[in-house]
Amino acid sequence: MLTKQVSVFVENKKGRMEQVSKCLSDGNINIASMILADTSEYGLLRMIVSDAPKAKEVLEAAGFSAIITKVLVVKFPNIAGTLDKLMGLFNELDLSIEYMYGISTSADSATLVVKTSDNDAAAKVISEKGAESDISVICM
Amino acid sequence: MIWNEAKECMSRDEMAALQSARLVKTVNRVYHNVEFYRKKMQKVGIEPGDIKGIEDITKLPYTTKADLRDNYPFGLFAVPKSEIVRVHASSGTTGKATVVGYTRRDIDIWAECVARILYMAGLRREDIIQVAYGYGLFTGGLGLHYGAENLGATVVPMSTGNTKKLITMMLDFEATGIACTPSYLLHIAETIKEMGVRDQIKLKTAVCGAEPWTEQMRLQIEEELGINAHDIYGLSEIMGPGVAADCEFHKGLHVHEDHFFPEIIAPDTLEPVAPGEVGELVFTTLTKEGLPMIRYRTKDLTSITYDKCECGRTTARISRFKGRSDDMLVIRGVNVFPSQVEAALLEMGETTPHYMMIVDRVNNLDTLEIKVEVEEKFFTDEIKQLEQLSKKIGHVIHQALGIQAKITLVEPKSIERSMGKAVHVIDNRNLV
Repeated sequence: MLTKQVSVFVENKKGRMEQVSKCLSDGNINIASMILADTSEYGLLRMIVSDAPKAKEVLEAAGFSAIITKVLVVKFPNIAGTLDKLMGLFNELDLSIEYMYGISTSADSATLVVKTSDNDAAAKVISEKGAESDISVICM
Repeated sequence: MIWNEAKECMSRDEMAALQSARLVKTVNRVYHNVEFYRKKMQKVGIEPGDIKGIEDITKLPYTTKADLRDNYPFGLFAVPKSEIVRVHASSGTTGKATVVGYTRRDIDIWAECVARILYMAGLRREDIIQVAYGYGLFTGGLGLHYGAENLGATVVPMSTGNTKKLITMMLDFEATGIACTPSYLLHIAETIKEMGVRDQIKLKTAVCGAEPWTEQMRLQIEEELGINAHDIYGLSEIMGPGVAADCEFHKGLHVHEDHFFPEIIAPDTLEPVAPGEVGELVFTTLTKEGLPMIRYRTKDLTSITYDKCECGRTTARISRFKGRSDDMLVIRGVNVFPSQVEAALLEMGETTPHYMMIVDRVNNLDTLEIKVEVEEKFFTDEIKQLEQLSKKIGHVIHQALGIQAKITLVEPKSIERSMGKAVHVIDNRNLV
């Protein structure tokens, strides 16, 4: 149910992102989604890629710190109010959101990457109660 | 301008005779009362009888900070504990403190030495002196405090921390003297400027020390506050602040030679160097009772002159410090060894020993940044956990060093690995 996400520690230095993309390009890795979270000193790049273990391998070979974490990839209709329904499900279980990111470029559906305090519980509640709002967890 | 003319203006021959008599006594005392010294002397085949005068001092073995640490806490004390009326402590290379002890007479002599310096700096019993060194285990606060009281001045024991309050009292009390670290005084000067009270202060003299500073910085302080600034030197192992200071001519720091015998040696061969040549400063205490030091290697690099000073004093003068022969840093008046950082990081167990300390001076205050590599084993993909990690490192470092440091997480292997001795410090302060 859960999807592997690659996170990379990137210092705020000129050209550092390009070195990440070069690694992934050389490894023939495709990126499905990504977010660069920034702090004053470093960035944390989180990505859903075509081959997470390989991405970690090529990044580490280039000297980056990379780890794989499991996240939920949630698909739901591109209709106002659906995110609220999803949050409602999480809230009932007292799950907190560590982070999330997503974008919708399709008229029909939107996709969200979420890490909650308990991803397994989150996946379970979506499979049990998400169907009525057409919310589902997909595996990338 | 001389507090104790009899001692400070002795002829060189008289001084040598006094030093000889005091050294003979000191050597006798440590040989019979301190096992460490006795063993060390026996090892090189020296007995107290072999030391007949000050010229024989070179026969004696050296003492180092490591010896103090190995004999922690009271192993080198030469009197029963009942005679010790105070201890001070400073940080050591491994986190273990270096403890020093004083008898009542040691405290009196310390106050005498500091009074000489305050008098030399132009302060008198009519003056109101703010002591803005830290009070506590650090020798700065209490050292200056007792000296200023001995002088007969009115002492305001400010300690450090509240700069606005210090300035308010400086104005309200019409304080004429201040004793603190030079960087703190520059910070005070800036705050005075910000408060717009520069023309209301009555300050005339500052006695600054406990950290390395340049002649330019001294002149800057004088200029910004319209005062005289003097350099006071000392180290807790020998006594604390007050071992030496500069007079109104600012041509080197007068050593209180009747209490502390200075030598300059080459740090590699340990042989004495000629006057005027730069080497490591070595001190032997001539009157200390609690913790006598025989040829203590200060690791401070300087040169010495025995020429009579224009001020009339005949005491030897050491030049402004030219650095250290070990890797000790003085940051905000606190002794810091890179190895302390390393030990703290390793003890945490969550970081690599790869780190870089960047020391700088921003708005005249020392800053310390420590870059630590983020390795996979403690890397998480949540920023709040990374922030917790740097907070935790910051806390551990604060505990170990006694000063705050800014912790910056950096990529693995981004800190340069050197082939030989690792470089762990970048000091951008340009003090020498």
